Amino acid sequence: MQTFDLGKEGLRALNSSLHALKGQTNMTAWEVINPKGAHAIAAGVDAPVDITVRGSTGYYCAGMNKLATIRIKGSAGPGVAENMMSGTVIIDGDASQYAGATGRGGLLIIKGNASSRCGISMKGIDIVVHGSIGHMSCFMAQSGNMVVLGDAGEALGDSLYEARLFVRGSVKSLGADCIEKEMRPEHIALLSDLLKRGEADGKARPEEFKRYGSARKLYNFNIDNASAY
Amino acid sequence: MCGIVGLFLKDPKLEPQLGAMLTDMLITMTDRGPDSAGIAIYSSAGKGLGKLTLQSAKPDKDFKDLDGDLKEAIGAPVAMQVKSTHAVLEVPLGQLDAARAAVAHLRPEVKVMSSGENIEIFKEVGLPKDVASRFEVAKMGGTHGIGHTRMATESAVTTMGAHPFSTGPDQCLVHNGSLSNHNGVRRELKRLGMTFETENDTEVGAAFISHKLQTGETLGRALEATLTDLDGFFTFVVGTRNGFGVVRDPIACKPAVMAETDQYVAFGSEYRALVNLPGIETARVWEPEPATVYFWER
Repeated sequence: MQTFDLGKEGLRALNSSLHALKGQTNMTAWEVINPKGAHAIAAGVDAPVDITVRGSTGYYCAGMNKLATIRIKGSAGPGVAENMMSGTVIIDGDASQYAGATGRGGLLIIKGNASSRCGISMKGIDIVVHGSIGHMSCFMAQSGNMVVLGDAGEALGDSLYEARLFVRGSVKSLGADCIEKEMRPEHIALLSDLLKRGEADGKARPEEFKRYGSARKLYNFNIDNASAY
Repeated sequence: MCGIVGLFLKDPKLEPQLGAMLTDMLITMTDRGPDSAGIAIYSSAGKGLGKLTLQSAKPDKDFKDLDGDLKEAIGAPVAMQVKSTHAVLEVPLGQLDAARAAVAHLRPEVKVMSSGENIEIFKEVGLPKDVASRFEVAKMGGTHGIGHTRMATESAVTTMGAHPFSTGPDQCLVHNGSLSNHNGVRRELKRLGMTFETENDTEVGAAFISHKLQTGETLGRALEATLTDLDGFFTFVVGTRNGFGVVRDPIACKPAVMAETDQYVAFGSEYRALVNLPGIETARVWEPEPATVYFWER
């Protein structure tokens, strides 16, 4: 286990040590202490390592993550796991706005609540939120899956493309072109797997969720709708 | 950007440390806005006394013998403490308005930063650490306080453009964001008798709330009205003689984190600002909801 004291050694030293890990490495377990809300902790990691951050983080923790498993033993500031490519990010507390934004792959698990714009423009990432999500979540979400055990705020999935949204609780309002869709057996199977991987299978059953997706009226330009633009 | 910090103490034992705690919080937020910084601190001057905080570009000239001149003008005792470009005058509460009017006459170039029973405001162009040390904020005690570090986007980098803005007795406001309908609202408020020192958008937000309070609204109702009448981006933190409030616009893209323990309620633009507060590890920490008013009064 490599222990890194962010208070003493500083952010650049941490991130350059992590960036130096390429492909297979024998330094697979890292612990970051004294994060104190610092920005960009463990951003841009590209190695199959396990990093535990002991405390709360500021902006863009685990941004662009590739391959790594990053655990935050606290809450995360804005833009956590933004543009994640692969790997897993697990937040024990809450996440601030635009968690998992533009993420292209991997799994983001938020054990608490996520605030506004969670999964905005997601492009393949899977996000499992054990609590609730704020307004404008999954805005223009293109692909991937969003699972919410709690409630969703206003304008869920506005201008949605092909991401799948599963919400167990209430949805304050659906955004433009986002509709409730039928839960078919393949969705139950998909959700069952996501709940398991999202460490939420003990908390919720797939049958309790509703599925939301794109009505495909907005992004497929239709000549009959020309007057609406 | 801009950085905001705020602290409302519940435990009187912490009161002597208020200035030191706020200074530490504000310095942490320096990289959110290095143009100018300001701090409002609430502490009682003593029973029956009020405070006037003044600012001058030429303090040596303007503050020389001001206490004596003012005493003569209002016929009441005046105590003055000069701190760099600012001076805090203590006068009998009943004479506060008379003192303010007399200062305008005696020293026409002096600006009034704040006036009230408990409030003092210190603000200048420069980094938070320099502004705080210039006014020895860390040595100040008090019941609650608000700090701001500015990245100007909307109007000039000047002392008067720095936050907090005070537009009513014991009232102040700091802002992260920008208002888009401030010119229209300012015209309307002027018509209703409010006066303005700057062309700054935040001053309009402050005056809007002060006007509501003047008409008898509660702090909570005044803050709710900002959600319907002010357009633009805002996270506001406001102070009154005995209260502390927070409101964010419905889009809420300007960051905000709050923490509460038995000892205090704290606000920071980022969690970083709160990390050195006592008991933060076990505090209730949350992000204030959009379009939701929070306030505490003692």
